[in-house]
Amino acid sequence: MDKWQDNKAWFLVLPAFIIVAFSGIIPLMTVVNYSLQDIFGPGEAVFVGTEWFKEMLSNHRLHNALWRQFTFSGLVLLIEIPLGIVIALAMPKRGWGVSASLVTLALPLVIPWNVIGTIWIIFTRPDIGLFGVGINSLDLLEVPFDHTAKPLYAWITLLAMEVWHWTPLVALLAYAGLRAIPEAYFQAAKIDGASAWATFLYIQLPKMRGVLTIAVLLRWMDSFLIYAEPFALTGGGPGNTTTFLSIYLVKLATMQFDLGPAAAFSIIYFLIILLFSFAFYQALLNVGRGEKA
Amino acid sequence: MARIELNNIAHSYLPKPGDDSDYALKRIQHIWEDGGAYALLGPSGCGKTTLLNIISGLLTPTRGKVLYDGKDVTGLPPEKRNIAQVFQFPVLYDTMTVFDNLAFPLRNRGHEDREVDHRVREVADILDLTPYLKMRAAGLAADAKQKISLGRGLVRSDVAAILFDEPLTVIDPHLKWNLRRKLKDIHEQLKLTFVYVTHDQVEALTFADKVVVMYEGEIVQIGSPQDLFENPEHTFVGYFIGSPGMNFLDCTIEGNVARCNGASIVLDNALAEKARGIQGKLELGIRPMHLKVSAEAVEGSVPAKVKAVEDQGSHRIVNVTLAGKSLRARLPEGGRLPADQVWLVFPPKWTRLFADGRMVK
Repeated sequence: MDKWQDNKAWFLVLPAFIIVAFSGIIPLMTVVNYSLQDIFGPGEAVFVGTEWFKEMLSNHRLHNALWRQFTFSGLVLLIEIPLGIVIALAMPKRGWGVSASLVTLALPLVIPWNVIGTIWIIFTRPDIGLFGVGINSLDLLEVPFDHTAKPLYAWITLLAMEVWHWTPLVALLAYAGLRAIPEAYFQAAKIDGASAWATFLYIQLPKMRGVLTIAVLLRWMDSFLIYAEPFALTGGGPGNTTTFLSIYLVKLATMQFDLGPAAAFSIIYFLIILLFSFAFYQALLNVGRGEKA
Repeated sequence: MARIELNNIAHSYLPKPGDDSDYALKRIQHIWEDGGAYALLGPSGCGKTTLLNIISGLLTPTRGKVLYDGKDVTGLPPEKRNIAQVFQFPVLYDTMTVFDNLAFPLRNRGHEDREVDHRVREVADILDLTPYLKMRAAGLAADAKQKISLGRGLVRSDVAAILFDEPLTVIDPHLKWNLRRKLKDIHEQLKLTFVYVTHDQVEALTFADKVVVMYEGEIVQIGSPQDLFENPEHTFVGYFIGSPGMNFLDCTIEGNVARCNGASIVLDNALAEKARGIQGKLELGIRPMHLKVSAEAVEGSVPAKVKAVEDQGSHRIVNVTLAGKSLRARLPEGGRLPADQVWLVFPPKWTRLFADGRMVK
């Protein structure tokens, strides 16, 4: 092909480039800039190279926050994905029940994060909360339920909050995936004498692969970035038991003004999310996909 | 293997059907003989798929009974009926290999591994799928996928009949022919009852020994391809079978002459005799290939105007106007044709009469 003589068309990309620069590239580069310097005050910065990265990578508080984060996100996926699928399978397929269940499911999704936090704090409070008072009146627990009292209780409250808030998203995605399966598949399964379990395993689950990939990615990224809920609930406590990565990061950056380490940490955080999202995406895309004929 | 009897079947998708127009299937009374190759032909929306789903048990008819070898199976679900169905689009278990796909119906019914293996290999051999057995079914081409769908029916040695719901829709034209051929071979080899739904007359006529033509929820004719062509019992069959379809002219009978808007066409005496007493709308019908076009007036011919000539390769289709009605005639390639005035001959042997849509015989 002949080479274009006139390359002015490239200028048409400029507006998009400027927008992306301001929304993504420049802020990210600022962070990169911070991560490579030690800043004592305005105009007093020393280039330190990879020192902050080394420090952060060997910081045991970061390690702890990271393991907490993995545990939390792992639990979130393990609960929300199967639960969302079960809900989607149980939803009606036609009639007024469809819109009724869709609206009911969508409700938690439209509530702002910190309001969710507040709702659940009140709900689980041992003095006035329905759940808190309720479970304590049963007198089953050794330590009365109070999310500020015991790490386990704080975790249970947080997980309940997260599951209540976001399982509907998984359910809606799974439902959309289920509804998109042509009727002939179910008819063929019936004729082949497949049980309900086999139908689920060999038709519904494989056909939901696409939407479930999206669900896993969204829930993984979102739960890995969780901030508002633990912040509203206990501010990372009791102790440091719900100090997840983002909470630790904010503490580092805005309370201690350790901009350099915080920036290095941000970049590591970003890379972890990127790496895992990519891994999930590849894994889900290729699972059960065979060699071409 | 089985003889399938449809006893006064009617079906409506509405919960409380009222009159005839609410029914997707009106009275269907038919017997599919054991080992027959049937085509179920009709336009989209005539109830073909509904009828097929009633046979397979995916639908329970509003009225009537389905009998397999005299046994009432109307209330039985598909898995209890020993039926197989191939759908319009290949239905596969994507995550399984071809072998597992074929084995699936047997494993669901708790057959032993050794028997499953034996049957699957046998069927794969018939369908030329042996080289693909270890591959994932999802990666194969559409025709191989359709063969797997068929194979899932064939593996069950006790299968009563195989139902095909427009199975060649998504297959490339040059593969269509091969696959249709394969179906015929399999039918001859296994002598199973095949019911093949299609709206493509070529497919129906080449595949089946007997073609069942459906129209608006009813069976209008059952016959061999030749019957349907030469003696359509309903104007719909005349119009639907053949390309182009039959010509129809409104007419009245006087003696042994049919008068169509001024034109007089001489009929077979016996036919005119039968038609004389009939009340209701009379139509004269003739196939384009039987309508003779002549350059000059001959005995019994009627004058007509040429409107257009379409060259279709092996033959030509002439559009003419007779008494204000458009007719089509099929002419062999070559030979001269007057540009304007022609004379049409209606051979009495091939001229049919229809009263209110039904053939007079």
